[in-house]
Amino acid sequence: MKSYWKENLKIIFVLLSIWFLVSFGFGIIFSGWLDQFKIGGFKLGFWFAQQGSIFFFVILIFIYVHLMNKLDEKYKDEDK
Amino acid sequence: MSVQLLTYLFVGLTFALYIGIAFWSKAKDTGDFYVAGKGVHPVANGMATAADWMSAASFISIAGIIAFSGRDGAVYLMGWTGGYVLLALLLAPYLRKFGKYTVPEFIGTRYYSDLARIVAVLCLIFISFTYIAGQMRGVGIVFSRFLEVDINLGVIIGMVIVFFYAVMGGMKGITYTQVAQYCVLIFAYLVPAIFISILVTGNPVPQLGFGDTVNGSSEFLLDKLDRITEELGFNPYTENTKSTFDIICITAALMFGTAGLPHVIVRFFTVPKVKDARKSVGYALIFIALLFTTAPAVGAFARANIADSIQDTKYIDAPEWFKNWEDIGLVAWKDKNNDGAMQLYPGNAFEGIQPSFESGNGIYGERIVANELNKNSQNELYIDRDIMVLANPEIANLPAWVFALVAAGALAAALSTAAGLLLVISSSISHDLMKKTFRPNITEKQELLYARISASVAILIAGYFGINPPGFVAQVVALAFGLAASTIFPALLLGIFFRNINKEGAILGMILGLITTLSYIIYFKFMFPNFNNADYWFLGISPEGFGVVGMIINFVTAFMCTLFFPKPPNKVKLILDTIRRP
Repeated sequence: MKSYWKENLKIIFVLLSIWFLVSFGFGIIFSGWLDQFKIGGFKLGFWFAQQGSIFFFVILIFIYVHLMNKLDEKYKDEDK
Repeated sequence: MSVQLLTYLFVGLTFALYIGIAFWSKAKDTGDFYVAGKGVHPVANGMATAADWMSAASFISIAGIIAFSGRDGAVYLMGWTGGYVLLALLLAPYLRKFGKYTVPEFIGTRYYSDLARIVAVLCLIFISFTYIAGQMRGVGIVFSRFLEVDINLGVIIGMVIVFFYAVMGGMKGITYTQVAQYCVLIFAYLVPAIFISILVTGNPVPQLGFGDTVNGSSEFLLDKLDRITEELGFNPYTENTKSTFDIICITAALMFGTAGLPHVIVRFFTVPKVKDARKSVGYALIFIALLFTTAPAVGAFARANIADSIQDTKYIDAPEWFKNWEDIGLVAWKDKNNDGAMQLYPGNAFEGIQPSFESGNGIYGERIVANELNKNSQNELYIDRDIMVLANPEIANLPAWVFALVAAGALAAALSTAAGLLLVISSSISHDLMKKTFRPNITEKQELLYARISASVAILIAGYFGINPPGFVAQVVALAFGLAASTIFPALLLGIFFRNINKEGAILGMILGLITTLSYIIYFKFMFPNFNNADYWFLGISPEGFGVVGMIINFVTAFMCTLFFPKPPNKVKLILDTIRRP
């Protein structure tokens, strides 16, 4: 079961890094720098801060659900 | 049909629906009462979580806050959604796997200590009551403005409705009413937003209209807002005013606080399997994101509409909605420059937090403000931020049924959150305090009775807060999130991911996190509000963001304690082995 837990931690680490990047990174720290790019009427940094990061959050959770279901499947026979 | 009749009809119909659901889903045992028998479908649980989470504050206040604070408002948007990623990846699946009824129950078992459980219960009750006070105020505002009944009567009606489905149905009743309430509230939020988006930008999707050009011109809405705000001397709409470090801290405190709120966590105990718990957080966030990506668009539209319809308009030509809200004291105007027209500039128009009024009317028929004028600002207007969403249909001249719908939606948002909070309070008292600590010999039936009694008492206390609202409702929100971030979130996270954390570490960590966060917020918000600015703050962190510091203190304390106190006993290792398996 050690390897299941390890792979689990790896998934969490990778996904939380993306979580940090889109919110604290693109939405706050590099937000001002990203403002030089525009999509439609949005300055890119502003878009990440007020809307874009939320879309990424939703996608991240569903990627997590998918990866964990696969992981559970892989280890389902080993346990019990 | 008149607006008022329509409003009565909509609100009456939704209330009848909630009571009907209450009768249909009566709780039979404690499993039903605490976790709806663990039989809730993940999509239904996602909707219930969204309704549970989106309170009167989300529905009524957040768009208004963004309208007036521009880019700074992003802390709430990211903070109140990003926490769900933490919840999905770090807490929900493991706590569901643990398979019990309440959050303090996990803390008590994992840290093999009654004291740890009691500390957790105290944190939980404190967090939940501060939150409920805000919901009841929301119910009061909606009733007094839309149904023109006395605020107190409105609160009592709200209490009776919640009593029906929370006390009878417990978690089961609450869950299915929350599903209905989610549908009502999201429909009520999106319909006016879509109308206004079409009016302002011609784009029917508010999320896109937000970045589109203003009708009849080639100027982007956000560029227009930047231009108007700058012309009037405000900070440009799409620029921050707070320091980057403070924004990071506030966002983080709201995210970690969200993940540590007991009434949200407990929702993921109600689904059948661990797999469902993960999926359910995802659905919950989709349903929440529908509102939270619409809110900044609504805020921007509202700001543009106010500038167009109010700025330099003569008071005698003021739109109908302006006078309606002035009547109940949430809008006020004082003609400082004697031109008979209204001007909105930076700074407060008046001294004091809210305007109070003298009897009689001024020369243009306006209500006379009793507050001292703020001489440092030319601003003539007070506009309460809480009215933006409620007034939007009037500002945009939408049909009467939209107006009625918004009233029903706001009530759904407030009642669903209040019910969820009441449930975690009552289950922590009947289950964690009575059954698990002080009266372990009570039968299942008696425990269910205790749960119903404590839910009733909690409703009475919440109603008291609604009728005598503490003046500090707005400030205590910072407190609720700060405390959740500095006490419950670290205790859960450490409990799941670090085997060595012992009971001494968890208890001391929670207590120190609680004390530091509580004293910092009380110091700046209640004792010395005059010093509440960046010059006096610790490292420039505002009270709203201080939960992060409390959380770090909690972590450090817990790790230090592993050096000085014995390791957790073997049974804890067994629990952890179970929750770490697929």
